[in-house]
Amino acid sequence: MLEVKNIRKIYNPGTVQEKCLFDDFSLSIPDGQFVSVVGSNGSGKTSLLNLICGSIQPDGGQILMQGRDIRKDSEHVRARKIGRVYQNPAMGTCAQMTILENLSLADFKGKPAGLHRGTDRRRIDAYREMLRPLGLGLEDMLSSKVGTLSGGQRQALALLMSTMTPISFLILDEHTAALDPKTADIIMELTGRVVRQKQLTAIMVTHNLRYAVEYGDRILMMHQGHAVLDKAGEEKQAVRIEDLLTIFNEISIECGN
Amino acid sequence: MGIIQNTLEQGLIYAIMALGVLITYSILDFPDLSVDGTFPLGAAVSALMITRGQSPALALLCAMAAGALAGGLTGLIHVKLKVRDLFSGIIMMTALYAVNMHVAAGSLRMGKANVPFFSTKKVQYATIFENNALTDLFPAWLEPYSVLLISLLLVILVKVLLDLFLKTRAGYLLRAVGDNETVVTSLARDKGSVKIMGLMISGALVALSGAVLCQQQHTFEVSMGTGAIAMALASVIIGTNLFRRVPFVKSTTAVIIGAIVYKACVAVAIRAGVPASDMKLITALLFLIILTLGGMEKRRVKKHA
Repeated sequence: MLEVKNIRKIYNPGTVQEKCLFDDFSLSIPDGQFVSVVGSNGSGKTSLLNLICGSIQPDGGQILMQGRDIRKDSEHVRARKIGRVYQNPAMGTCAQMTILENLSLADFKGKPAGLHRGTDRRRIDAYREMLRPLGLGLEDMLSSKVGTLSGGQRQALALLMSTMTPISFLILDEHTAALDPKTADIIMELTGRVVRQKQLTAIMVTHNLRYAVEYGDRILMMHQGHAVLDKAGEEKQAVRIEDLLTIFNEISIECGN
Repeated sequence: MGIIQNTLEQGLIYAIMALGVLITYSILDFPDLSVDGTFPLGAAVSALMITRGQSPALALLCAMAAGALAGGLTGLIHVKLKVRDLFSGIIMMTALYAVNMHVAAGSLRMGKANVPFFSTKKVQYATIFENNALTDLFPAWLEPYSVLLISLLLVILVKVLLDLFLKTRAGYLLRAVGDNETVVTSLARDKGSVKIMGLMISGALVALSGAVLCQQQHTFEVSMGTGAIAMALASVIIGTNLFRRVPFVKSTTAVIIGAIVYKACVAVAIRAGVPASDMKLITALLFLIILTLGGMEKRRVKKHA
């Protein structure tokens, strides 16, 4: 269970640019739920993810992970249970290191670092088997530097790396936004498969309404720090892209656009 | 022959420092200016130990420990006090200047005040290059080459250990933190600790280089660190640029050769009649030339791409 309770977040407090993003916002996500989050720019989607991951601190309220308040845990401590994939494919991989080195790096997450050999040669075949189903040819280029790969290849690798070791939560921050439609489909399919297989609790922020409708078992639409739509289970299955667009338009009219 | 041997000796000794700077500059992407203080710190500690009759090898180890401590402090200032990387190095460099004077004063108090210690050679102190064990081990005809051989051995030892380290999990993390900090955080590692570790290793190597030079030259001068960072960076950049297109040459090897090439350039300048007082000018000019040539190379590649 992941709970965000009565969260308050104010940007630039005490200045003319002061902006209250969240005022008493709450959300609770049961274990194993896959939540798609949509909403306009500045609605608080990415801030919500940053609050959960510890990249930014709330000004009030609690963040509970499996019942424990994690506000005092620093980002890397929270990362023990969280995998995160970013919008920019370059964020999730090391460009100067090879595919093999990147996978090895991810493979010893949560294990003592020290002077153990960086790459466990016995794992290479397993790495190949992880890469093969992607159909991107990565399994045959283990010794290539990741910086030479395409955005889609890098994002697939980033997704694999973030979900390689046992984690409970997967945070996806517009992770298909920078990819071409075909590659985005491949990555999205992989995401769905990984979340199901590993029974992860996932939060996916996306601007792609089709993905939001097709994937996940709960949909959340954010607007000015509030959830204007929150449907789960069968109700969620009934949601159509047109419904989302209608709400989007209503919100925009309210704002005077 | 003399000038070539001398260049090789100097190049190899400074190569140890260049390997240390390779860690901060190339791997960690941390502009660590504390090198100008850490290098003479190693020399000061080494001088102190030797003038107090300690074994020269132990002096090297203590110099490394002191360098690691200095590097660790630079890291702590940056990570814990959130001071910018550049300023952390400058603060440490400035502080070390005074620390080095104190350490050196410790050896001067050995009854030879006002004399830059062991420069008179009235008292023969054992160094890693001149000691009884070595005299027994080396045949007489090899003795003129003892500095060359021992520095070569040291450099190879440092290089091999560093190469091995970079292949460990800790080494992977070190490379990753310089490459993309976000990945390190996502993998549940404290990027700050990794940086501190890198700076400690770098500091240890830089101080070792200073200690070796001090033992070879029988002298410590507080000013010997001035321009050390420029020298080390020049070596790193020459090395990495020379071998950029040659596969299978490790960056560590490239940097060692870079240091030797740099020293050779300096030797040529001296041969051409540049006075010793203008040495730093030569360092600065060489550094500028290398950066400009390296930059032009990059621009040309971009145009083709």
